[in-house]
Amino acid sequence: MRAIQFLNSLLLREFVSTFFLAMRYFFKPKPTINYPFEKGPVSPRFRGEHALRRYPNGEERCIACKLCEAICPAQAITIEAGPRQNDGTRRTVRYDIDMVKCIYCGFCQEACPVDAIVEGPNFEFATETREELYFDKEKLLENGDRWEREIAANLAADAPYR
Amino acid sequence: MANIKVDGNEIEVPDHYTLMQACEEAGAEIPRFCYHERLSVAGNCRMCLVEVKGGPPKPAASCAMSVRDLRPGPEGQPPEVFTNTPMVKKAREGVMEFLLINHPLDCPICDQGGECDLQDQAMAYGMDNSRYQENKRAVEDKYIGPLVNTIMTRCIHCTRCVRFTTEVAGISELGLIGRGEDAEITTYLEQAMTSELQGNVIDLCPVGALTSKPYAFQARPWELNKTESIDVMDAVGSNIRVDSRGREVMRVMPRVNEAINEEWISDKTRFIWDGLKSQRLDKVYVKKNRKLQASDWNDAFATIARAVKKADPAKIGALAGDLAGAEEMYALKSMLTAIGVKNFDCRPVGSVIEPSKGRASYIMNAGIAGIEDADAILIVGSDPRKEASLVNARIRKAWRQNGTPIAVIGENADLKYDYAYLGTGTEALAALAAGDDKFAKVLSKAKRPMIIVGEGALSGATAKDVLALSAQIASDNGALSDEWNGFAVLHNAAGRVGGLDVSFVPERGGMDAAKMQAAGKKGDMDVVFLLGADSYDLSAYEDAFVVYIGSHGDRGAHAADVILPGSAYTEKSVTYVNTAGTVQRTNRAVFGPGDAKEDWAILRALSAHLGATLPFDNLNQLRAALYADVPHLAVVEGPVETKAADVAKLAKVPAKIKPGALGSPIEDFYLTNPIARASKVMAECSQLALGQVKEAAE
Repeated sequence: MRAIQFLNSLLLREFVSTFFLAMRYFFKPKPTINYPFEKGPVSPRFRGEHALRRYPNGEERCIACKLCEAICPAQAITIEAGPRQNDGTRRTVRYDIDMVKCIYCGFCQEACPVDAIVEGPNFEFATETREELYFDKEKLLENGDRWEREIAANLAADAPYR
Repeated sequence: MANIKVDGNEIEVPDHYTLMQACEEAGAEIPRFCYHERLSVAGNCRMCLVEVKGGPPKPAASCAMSVRDLRPGPEGQPPEVFTNTPMVKKAREGVMEFLLINHPLDCPICDQGGECDLQDQAMAYGMDNSRYQENKRAVEDKYIGPLVNTIMTRCIHCTRCVRFTTEVAGISELGLIGRGEDAEITTYLEQAMTSELQGNVIDLCPVGALTSKPYAFQARPWELNKTESIDVMDAVGSNIRVDSRGREVMRVMPRVNEAINEEWISDKTRFIWDGLKSQRLDKVYVKKNRKLQASDWNDAFATIARAVKKADPAKIGALAGDLAGAEEMYALKSMLTAIGVKNFDCRPVGSVIEPSKGRASYIMNAGIAGIEDADAILIVGSDPRKEASLVNARIRKAWRQNGTPIAVIGENADLKYDYAYLGTGTEALAALAAGDDKFAKVLSKAKRPMIIVGEGALSGATAKDVLALSAQIASDNGALSDEWNGFAVLHNAAGRVGGLDVSFVPERGGMDAAKMQAAGKKGDMDVVFLLGADSYDLSAYEDAFVVYIGSHGDRGAHAADVILPGSAYTEKSVTYVNTAGTVQRTNRAVFGPGDAKEDWAILRALSAHLGATLPFDNLNQLRAALYADVPHLAVVEGPVETKAADVAKLAKVPAKIKPGALGSPIEDFYLTNPIARASKVMAECSQLALGQVKEAAE
């Protein structure tokens, strides 16, 4: 044993092997990305920031069935419903998601019968105050409008597996 | 009795049972849509199919087939019925598939979603996929009034609503026209339903075709807290379930109570809930410089204490309103009696009802269910349809099922059943008492006659005569025996009988409502306490210091110098006694708005400032004190014991009878109390009802 230890120390075996390891990684392609300017791939099933979608004609999809509110395990969703003024259809008067409570489980989008509430690909919605994370209907619809192209593409990509 | 085997278990059931009832008795569950225990059998949904051994080789509709229709086997074996065979399963799946052919899949936007019979039964007995590829049928929605919303595409033609309106409510305004795919439920003329029981079709509808208009899209059944309670819109004391979410009452639903409301409630009971949210008193107000200004409890109590200390106890009075609970009246009376006040009243001005004459003299002795046992009914000075819709529904049931002869003295109103109209006033009553009328013979032949006297007829100039004559008619026709007491007073306010039970009437030497009013007009009243009392003429107390304890900013609050915000019936647990003398208790479903407190607690706090601290600190202690004084209030929903002899004593007819017409005190069914007057839905109904009256007159 002593002889082997002596030889290892003499020939700097650990030092040399570490040097080659370092060199191997030195010449390998780098996985690090320059984050805000470069981004990694995101699965179509990624569950990020919530959005309320619209139909292509601009009509909001949500029909205030309250299934998302019922299924939400964190009770992050609050909905108040009523007949809409102009045509009496069933619409939400209030649709709030407390993003601080939300656990991003995706049950709300599973429960939604009209694909109105979805968790989009966006994960960059950090805020400076908690209040900004209490999303209301306006904010969610705005998210929907902003991310519609990506959301639609993701839903289409995932559709064959549903 | 007949023996029958259900799924192999032999049971014995009465002959008149249907197969469905027999199966239920045996513990087998039978799905159904059109069948309803309180309506006639239609047998048109076909969901209740069962297999009958020995019968024709096809499934039989169990709701329409009687146990009597089955034959025993060749060796006398009991007939056999199966509810779990492959044939039954296949039949149910087939029926369900047919029902779903034209039923839209719009459960997410349907208000019935979550409490829908079709939804539940499709899950339990239906198939998991659809084979239907063709276009679905669509039906135009109908307007049937401001209370019931129609989405007719969802209708499965069970005709429960048609049967309810024709059989129970007595209106023939709904019907089914067309055949097959063209079948439609319609009002024929696109008119609003005119029944005051129409809201019940919402509960009856097994799908979401008829839903509540005011409640449209407001809440889902799974997010509501359900509190069992008692209704206070009339003196029937209907059993209700208050559905609330957070601090809001979202809707009111009926509960089953065979002795009182069966499973129906009136529209006023059902749609009153929006009145609980508007016109509420949520702050303490004190009049300063002739203006009511928001204040705090201590200031208000101090102001009241100053006014009471200055006043002569003989000039202090208290009036209790239509919705006051027994506990509150008891607390108010105890507090004021302690400072020497004798002037109390909870009855309408000029009422001749006296608790001292015995409990039998002011309640419906035979009970509401007793109407069905009666074999002749005389209605005196009352419009039961307006005063107590469910009592009217019972009378109609008795008329329809037993052919009970009915006569009316008073208003010739449309009561939805045939009756002999004997006249408008006391003359007709006197003639009947003297036996000068055809109906007198019917009454004298009857074994269990019932004389229903309206509360309106028991106040005013002719009231004494009406009470004496009705009591005389009751005693002359054998309505006052040990087994049957047919004397019935029909009250129209929920708090009235409770008030009479706790003797919220003048003490010896005190003034009643009429005398207080007269004294007030002369400026002889110093302080008046109004416990939710809005129905009195309050202009009389302009010179007096008026304290109003109540929930809504109504007439009483306008006349007040100090307003103490109390709770409405959904926000407190109090005792109400219905017109049949049944003691019932409400439960708190939500908390009152703002500073509103439970009325007894307000009185307890006030009593400390008046120097006559009430001897109880919580509701249980208050109830203990109340039960010590009025033991029968402790027996909730207990049997009502009355002495028929008390009524017989009333029958001292004066020699000369004052002539006068008898009428119902209720002018507008929809606006009888402060909560109803605060409700937008009730206002709309009232407008519509008035409009219809005008239309009919033109």
